[in-house]
Amino acid sequence: MSPKKKSAATLFSEYAVVIIFLVITVAAISPSGLSLKYIIQELITRLGRNSFLVIALLLPIYSGMGLNFAMSLGAMAGQIGLIFAVDWSVAGWQGLVFALLIGLPIAVFLGWICGKVMNKAKGREMVTGYILAFFINGIYQFFVLYMMGSVIPMRNASIILSRGYGIRNTLNLESVRQSLDTIFMMKLGGFDVPVVTLIIIALLCVFIVWFKKTKLGQDMRAVGQDMAVAEAAGIPVEKTRIVAIIISTVLACAGQLIFLQNMGNLATYNAHDQTSFFAAAAILVGGASVTHASIPNVFIGVILLHAMFIVSPLAGQNLFGSAMVGEYFRQFIGYGVIALSLVLYAWKSRKAIFNSRSDLRGGAAAKGKDEGGQA
Amino acid sequence: MRNLKTFIQEFGWPRIIIFLFLVSLFVLAPFVGVRLDASFSDVLNRFGQYAILVLALVPMIQSGCGLNFGLALGIVAGLLGATISLQLELRGFWGFFGAIAFATPFSVIFGYFYGKLLNKVKGEEMTIAMYVGFSFVMLMCIMWLVLPFNNPTMVWGYAGKGLRTTITVEGYWLKILNEFLAIKIGRFFVFPTGLLLFVGACAFGMWVFLRTRIGTAMTAVGSNPDFARASGVSADKMRTTSVVLSTFLGAVGIIVYQQSFGFIQLYTAPSPMVFPAVAAILIGGASVNKASMINVLVGTFLFQGLLTMTPSVINSILQTDMSEVIRIIVSNGMILYALTRKVKVSK
Repeated sequence: MSPKKKSAATLFSEYAVVIIFLVITVAAISPSGLSLKYIIQELITRLGRNSFLVIALLLPIYSGMGLNFAMSLGAMAGQIGLIFAVDWSVAGWQGLVFALLIGLPIAVFLGWICGKVMNKAKGREMVTGYILAFFINGIYQFFVLYMMGSVIPMRNASIILSRGYGIRNTLNLESVRQSLDTIFMMKLGGFDVPVVTLIIIALLCVFIVWFKKTKLGQDMRAVGQDMAVAEAAGIPVEKTRIVAIIISTVLACAGQLIFLQNMGNLATYNAHDQTSFFAAAAILVGGASVTHASIPNVFIGVILLHAMFIVSPLAGQNLFGSAMVGEYFRQFIGYGVIALSLVLYAWKSRKAIFNSRSDLRGGAAAKGKDEGGQA
Repeated sequence: MRNLKTFIQEFGWPRIIIFLFLVSLFVLAPFVGVRLDASFSDVLNRFGQYAILVLALVPMIQSGCGLNFGLALGIVAGLLGATISLQLELRGFWGFFGAIAFATPFSVIFGYFYGKLLNKVKGEEMTIAMYVGFSFVMLMCIMWLVLPFNNPTMVWGYAGKGLRTTITVEGYWLKILNEFLAIKIGRFFVFPTGLLLFVGACAFGMWVFLRTRIGTAMTAVGSNPDFARASGVSADKMRTTSVVLSTFLGAVGIIVYQQSFGFIQLYTAPSPMVFPAVAAILIGGASVNKASMINVLVGTFLFQGLLTMTPSVINSILQTDMSEVIRIIVSNGMILYALTRKVKVSK
């Protein structure tokens, strides 16, 4: 099918998720009763807060491993770093760097494990990643709830549970709160813009664009296209996949730090639960699929998803008389979007296989006829 | 010696470790002051409570749809049945079987469309099933708030509408199966005859079903779709049937669970109920594409035994509650193990 001949229907099916989302969000703005200025300010904040995490999903998608639902492994590594930063009372942005330094080796290690596991589950990386995140969550809890303060000495008694060991359920991150955002907060047309955070995100985008052009980046694309062909071409498939996941996990670690410094407190045992859910929903809302994603998808997605997250609780309150309706609605939409894009993708790839098969069959039949004519 | 080796290979190390761990828990129990009879009673209870939810996974595994991470749909159908039964103030066996009867049409409808959807996405069923389940549970959260239920035991007291997050079935059909013909031995041991009879009947029904014409065709579709097609079996139809059956059993399973547990849990409760069921059948020796009644019964017993025994025994030894962490690691570790194993039967 040539790109010119795209009908309205195929165009819609390609951007179905984006269009549906746009319609719902725009429709919900007026019932929410929020001012446009408030919405835009919130969006700028959330863009800084979430984009980094969403970008962490890109490389595994390039490598054909689908959405990395195991990215919360990186988030957990970042949280462990933060706990130590608070424990050692390293304040300000230095605290974040400290947390990153501690989180980094953990993230690399977890990413390596994740890559190994996913190589054993080729073809079902997504569901495996999802379960792996649960599994590592168990180990994280064991570590933070039982080891910290008993086996691992902690200096700051105020973050320890009253029973003497284990970290409190919520950790106040007062010492590092918005330390990155406020290094240079610019007033731009009445809006507060966290310049440094946005610059870091921009630098990451540049890195991703550059990385795609390197040998390793090209290898990843090749592996993503067809593992067998890549293997035949001499690309170390399994190693490339592991590297993609390690980078994704490390980025998720840094992303979680940016996310948490903006939030200002850490729900020790469930801050990472929904990291992959929000990130995956965002990139899919932005028009990405399981195999194709780009940097614009990230930003479109973050803006659209969070615009809806901002307006839906109040819209629900005003339309149905219950804020919970809006709260459930936005979760429903988030999960629904992931389900819908997975379905659309699987459906399309099946159709593509079917088409190519029938092409083959048609071709063979035609060839047979020609030969028959000649004889 | 070789026999032992192949047995271990087939059964898998994780299962053996879990089995030995459970045995050691039972051995240790009396020494740390945990009553064995009470523990056995608990294990049997919880075994019956969960067994049908685990059984619900069998048809879809057999038909090649993989682990039904979308079991939440069946659970929601069961919740609808249970809430309608309570709304109509049905009591006793009427209430229990009424709940199943009301849940049936919902489960068939949900299962039918869910099955149709899964037929369109062959090969990606598990991830999609998970997210379809999640989003449906969220949609139903809104429904629980706005559906016109008005039995005062079910709705929020101050608003007079919107269902509570947990609704007690006390006074309706609490422990209706558990106490049917229950045998009491001593002060602490109760044998839940009715519950286990019901579970046994369901498992036997499934065993018989898998040996009927439809059941065999279903298994054929799962183990060799091309062969099945060659012998005139419609793969899509069989898969849809298996999904409907799985969803229906999910509905029955949650109602059985509720009558024993005592509460109907609404809103986001169905989503996390799926993973323990999946873990249980895998611990019992099932793989992503093969499951038997033995897997269901052994798996549920081992997993629930573990969940019952670890809090009481480990807590007595270590003076701390690590059961939750152990549960998370064991159940997800087991699913992970099954997902990463090389599939022997080619699809």
